[in-house]
Amino acid sequence: MTYLTWIVAIGTSLLGCVAGVVGSYAVLRRRALAGDLLSHAALPGLCLAFLLLGGRHFLGMLGGAFVAGLAGVALVTFMCRWTRTKEDAALGIVLSTFFGAGIMLSSYIQNMPGGGAKAGLETYIYGQAAGMIREDIYLLAVVSVLVLVVLVLFHKEFKVFSFDPAFAQAQGWPTLTLDIAMMGSLTLVTVVGLPSVGVVLMAAMLIIPAAAARFWTDRLERMLVLSGVLGAVSGAIGSLISAGAVKGWLGFDPFGGDEGANLPTGPVIVLCSTTVFLVSVLLAPQRGLLARSWNYFRLRAKTADENLLRTLFECAEPRLPTLVTVPWDELLARRAWSRARLFWVVRRAGWRNLVRRAPGGVQLTQRGLEQARRLVRAHRLWEWFLIHGASIAPDHVDRDADSIEHLLGPDLIAELENRFIAQRDASNAAQVLPNSPHELNVP
Amino acid sequence: MEWFNHLSLDAQNDLWVIAVGAMTNTACALVGCYLVLRRMSLLGDAISHAVLPGLVVAFVFSGSLSVVPMFVGALLVGLLTAALTQTLHRQVGVPEDASMGVVFTSLFALGVILIKRYAHRVDLDPDCVLYGLLEFVGFNLIQIGPYEFPRAMLSVGLVLALNTAVIAIFWKELLISSFDPALATTMGFRAGLVHYVLMALVALTTVASFEQVGSILVIAMLIVPGAAAHLLTDRLSRMLGIATGIAIGAAVIGQAAAVWLNTNTAGTMAALAGIAYLAAALGSPRYGILAVLARNFASSIRVVREDLLAMLYRLEELNIERAMGWPEAARAVGGGLLPRLALFSLKRRGDIRRDGAVLRLTDSGRSQAKLLVRSHRLWEAYLVQRLGLPPDHVHEPATRMEHYIDRGFQEKLADAVAQSPLDPHGRDIPQSD
Repeated sequence: MTYLTWIVAIGTSLLGCVAGVVGSYAVLRRRALAGDLLSHAALPGLCLAFLLLGGRHFLGMLGGAFVAGLAGVALVTFMCRWTRTKEDAALGIVLSTFFGAGIMLSSYIQNMPGGGAKAGLETYIYGQAAGMIREDIYLLAVVSVLVLVVLVLFHKEFKVFSFDPAFAQAQGWPTLTLDIAMMGSLTLVTVVGLPSVGVVLMAAMLIIPAAAARFWTDRLERMLVLSGVLGAVSGAIGSLISAGAVKGWLGFDPFGGDEGANLPTGPVIVLCSTTVFLVSVLLAPQRGLLARSWNYFRLRAKTADENLLRTLFECAEPRLPTLVTVPWDELLARRAWSRARLFWVVRRAGWRNLVRRAPGGVQLTQRGLEQARRLVRAHRLWEWFLIHGASIAPDHVDRDADSIEHLLGPDLIAELENRFIAQRDASNAAQVLPNSPHELNVP
Repeated sequence: MEWFNHLSLDAQNDLWVIAVGAMTNTACALVGCYLVLRRMSLLGDAISHAVLPGLVVAFVFSGSLSVVPMFVGALLVGLLTAALTQTLHRQVGVPEDASMGVVFTSLFALGVILIKRYAHRVDLDPDCVLYGLLEFVGFNLIQIGPYEFPRAMLSVGLVLALNTAVIAIFWKELLISSFDPALATTMGFRAGLVHYVLMALVALTTVASFEQVGSILVIAMLIVPGAAAHLLTDRLSRMLGIATGIAIGAAVIGQAAAVWLNTNTAGTMAALAGIAYLAAALGSPRYGILAVLARNFASSIRVVREDLLAMLYRLEELNIERAMGWPEAARAVGGGLLPRLALFSLKRRGDIRRDGAVLRLTDSGRSQAKLLVRSHRLWEAYLVQRLGLPPDHVHEPATRMEHYIDRGFQEKLADAVAQSPLDPHGRDIPQSD
């Protein structure tokens, strides 16, 4: 671990942090690709500033990039408003033609007689984080503090504006100024990050930590902090990996670079945040894939259980309270289940003592009967409601009730029951369980 | 080909650059039209960045620069990009732009790392990925039969032919599914399949163009000619034609300008395509900004002109002989530049004339004014009688509406309020001549 390694690690984590925070707003406002646009559009600004200032004047070039980036964003807005070009095409047009002009200018500069090649403009395209020096960190720190102070001071305004711009406008807030302030901070961060991570990967630093943070929380404040932290951590780890620090700690190089060549810093940082993103996609508590598949699986299992119970109940209903044994073939005919699935569902219900196997078939237990009665009641109450409340023909209600009976909550069932009791007709007078409105084909 | 061999080497190279550039641009522009129409331009951008790792892996496995593995690699990664973006968006709920951004930047980063990692095995320079080596296509010739032509032309020509063929064969399917996906689905076309066929074409086009022109020109050529052509026409066939024209024009002029400025050809072509778009955005007869501004201006000046005529008619009606200079008349209808222009245009049309210090209507001006005032008062009467608005609430709406009531509408209104020849304020409703 050398001094230079630490400089780069600190610099990239600062950049990752502030990019993650401003990127969150861009992701939330569905402007994620604005970062991509900004970083491409900044190139001609850099080159023009170089030509106008007659040399590599660092702050001047950053200024040029800033102006060109903002001009690109303004142009996209203008094109969307004044022509029939849609936003996606407008973004692509500005991005590619600005970048094309930038490439044109930069190779013009490089071909200029008299040392134009020293411009070093090509470092802006892929970035050179390893070339960071102490002054770069000061600049990054100043920009980060500036941007964070603006975001904290105008937190309420930015929050409202991001989620409900119409409301912000109705409040009489200067929405255009807010928009420019947001885009301005995004541009500032992009421009400062360009020399380190380059054009394409700067967009990644803005988007990926924010998209990952979004999985873990629904609160803006938490998302901002989390996104900043994820960005910073990816920046630090990525730069350490690329500097070979991991090799130093482990004693061997897990990434096996060619000819001792170090991996490029920018891409490694991006892949670190991609890893974090993938972990979030999989593991996040509510939005994550695992959580969602688990919920889906549980719902399916519950639906299957309830369908089994209801089918058993309907077959047994005429001879209650005797619990009849329903033959396997009868169950198979009534549900679109394969034999294996039926056995599996019965076995699961058996574990919870809802049904028991009897010779030649399946039988409800007392406990299963109670639960089945509740289910059938929900099903028939809903059918009754559809027929009497929504005027749907009796032969059309079974399917609808089928799909919703698993989701009816206790409140809703109680409400339906009250209405049913209040309005039940003579044929149902003494019942709490309505008759089925259609033929059940009981064996 | 005799004449060609007599040219200097530089001129020969220039011609090859133009030819390869024009073919690449056309191949991109053809697919690009559909991307623009289907609002998937950015997927083109994403795929052209994301195919990088596919290329590298293909290089590493095949150990050569041959065309087939390169195409296969790019095709797989291109489709992977499209599929991943869609999965993240649909199944995981990431917003579409963010999911695209995550996927293509990650794949691009992976590609850059792979290039560095296998640097000794991959003859692929990250810089040339971005801006290509179009300048040098003329130095890498291959011989097939009696003809000698740039190696680049082989892959680019293949893709151009493929794009043209797919568009020609599936013209109807692409057309319907681009403009009305729901209709396409009901007619039994598989809109999803069309989507992935397009994505495959984009990936192939991108990879064929990569080496020669670099990814940035690919993006520009995918999106810009199509978007420019979309501003100029409403017919798909013409849109493809115009886009092709822009693509070829950018290649020819781009190479000339690049030689003249001693700079990068691909970048110049991209910038030129941007200029073509700008020209279309400004100058398109129907959708151009200038045309829109001109239409807005024509409609505002018509309103002001009519207001002036109506004002003079009302003065005449009240028998007010009032000295009125131009500035005063202009102030009476709001002031500013527009009323002055309107006065000038009325004078030139012979609708008003100056009689000493008084502005008067000519006969033609009077009959126009009469119609307008008739519209105004009929509308007022209608609002009061039929819609039951109070009489002091109808003047304002009528001043706006009067400019948009034509003859037929006037007759209908007159029928609806026939019983009364007076407007709600007790003035005569003038009869039409």
